[in-house]
Amino acid sequence: MPVIKDVVCTLCGCLCDDLEATVEDNKITKVGKACKLGRAKTMGPFLHERIEKPMIRENGELKECSYDEAITKAAEILVAAKRPMSYGWCSTSCEAIEKAIMLAEETGSLIDSTANVCHGPSALAAQEKGAPSCSLGTAKNYADLIIFWGCNPVHAHPRHQTRYSTMAKGAFTPNGKKDKKMVVVDPRNTDTAKKADMLLQLKPGTDYVLIEALRAIVNGHEDILPDEIAGLPKTKVVELAEMCKAAKFGIIYFGMGITQTRGRYKSGDNVASLISDLNQITKFVMIGMRGHYNVTGFGQVASWETGFPMAIDFSRGYPYYNPGETGTNDVLMRREVDAFITGAADPGAHFPQESIKHLFNIPAIQVDGYANPTTEFSDVVIPAAIAGVECDGTAYRMDCQPIRMKKLVETTFKSDEEILTEMIAKVRELKGNGANGGA
Amino acid sequence: MIETILISGRTIDQGATLEEKTSQAYFDAAAYCELNEGNLEALGVSVDQNVKVATAHGMVVVPAKIDKRLPDDIVFIPMGPWANAIVDPDTCGCGMPGFKGIPATVEATTDPALNMKELMATYKE
Repeated sequence: MPVIKDVVCTLCGCLCDDLEATVEDNKITKVGKACKLGRAKTMGPFLHERIEKPMIRENGELKECSYDEAITKAAEILVAAKRPMSYGWCSTSCEAIEKAIMLAEETGSLIDSTANVCHGPSALAAQEKGAPSCSLGTAKNYADLIIFWGCNPVHAHPRHQTRYSTMAKGAFTPNGKKDKKMVVVDPRNTDTAKKADMLLQLKPGTDYVLIEALRAIVNGHEDILPDEIAGLPKTKVVELAEMCKAAKFGIIYFGMGITQTRGRYKSGDNVASLISDLNQITKFVMIGMRGHYNVTGFGQVASWETGFPMAIDFSRGYPYYNPGETGTNDVLMRREVDAFITGAADPGAHFPQESIKHLFNIPAIQVDGYANPTTEFSDVVIPAAIAGVECDGTAYRMDCQPIRMKKLVETTFKSDEEILTEMIAKVRELKGNGANGGA
Repeated sequence: MIETILISGRTIDQGATLEEKTSQAYFDAAAYCELNEGNLEALGVSVDQNVKVATAHGMVVVPAKIDKRLPDDIVFIPMGPWANAIVDPDTCGCGMPGFKGIPATVEATTDPALNMKELMATYKE
């Protein structure tokens, strides 16, 4: 039975690259070394209902059609629109992302990634203050203080602790967990917190306050702080600050507890400032716990293609970026866009109610392997191969390391890259500048 | 009725059912509200009985679950369509809606929880 080794998992931003997939009759029947998320993702195409055929909605019902008909209809919608929007493209390859950006440019669209509801504020924070970082390999080998702030890797990044952080045995931490301290900052006593040396269960929405207090202590101004900070006794905050100062190499892994709460990007900005302060004393870095496995790749590709990592508006003929204005949820809630294309993401499941209401009002195109809430408002549905299982490509891990995904089985589904390439050609044809023309 | 703060977020079961969002498994993984024991008792609700969670942005009915470690002033709904029916859409001018820390009320109800397709259908205007 052929076993493919060193398979790259395409679920979360850990991009574990040591999975072992058993392939029988062009189906994956077993996945070794994966977590529950990775196993579900890698075996998903063989366990769950797929979108089997392209479909176009007629009189309220999705009717099967050919790939060519669906791609043509999608191109017609985008060309006819005055203010089209492209969203997602984060659970796919960088090669597909490049094409999605090309399609957005060709159609004068807005284009945004799932960072809009994830680590978008972290990108803004990095632009304001920088983001002192390192590879997960460096973190594994050096870090002796690991802080999980507003993230819950036991649930969202299950192998993070064994491969890269708390449990991993590194060159300077040969005894793994015994050589490291682990801190969790979260309003909930999460499953991740169970094994922490310290849990700071702060009041919801007070992350900025707590970061600011830590900065004050690190900078020698402990005396100005009140006895209670963010719902915590001052002594506990001082204890954490002292742990940070005593560490040889500290790292803050941060998640949606920083980006989605009060303060948004200003909290991430303040984490960067805390890291900067701590680097006057010891070595400290920060890494965002990225969700979609290649949302980091979107940021990379978009940055080198357009100069901006997300929320890019091509309507002026050149890339324009202002996330509070050009971010997906802002334009949807302003009811500004008149056509929508999404791929390798599920805004139907992950956007607030007000955004989804508008998506029911406008023509929407979905490129995905599976039916999901987005299918409910989509007028053109185009099935895609699952990257990393049915087609290869490049993805970027949460620490910005590119990793090549493997193709494990053959498929008759077109890849996102192929679908987008054909759509670009069709758009150019409709605009009258031929398959090789256009900007 | 209790007044509380709603937090939404990932869970491993929600993540493991991402590719089957039309299934009962996804509903079971994403359509519930966790409360601590005291709050469940205060509402007179048992595990798996429905509760109505309301915010300034909407209302959703989901089964109640227990998380003994939750503070008194926090309830949790996994990220997904049910949580997003009531999260704060305001991006505060920086692109990101408010998926965590939303003032909410929870009360017992005999109303049924909507499945994914039924919930999405409520957005048609």
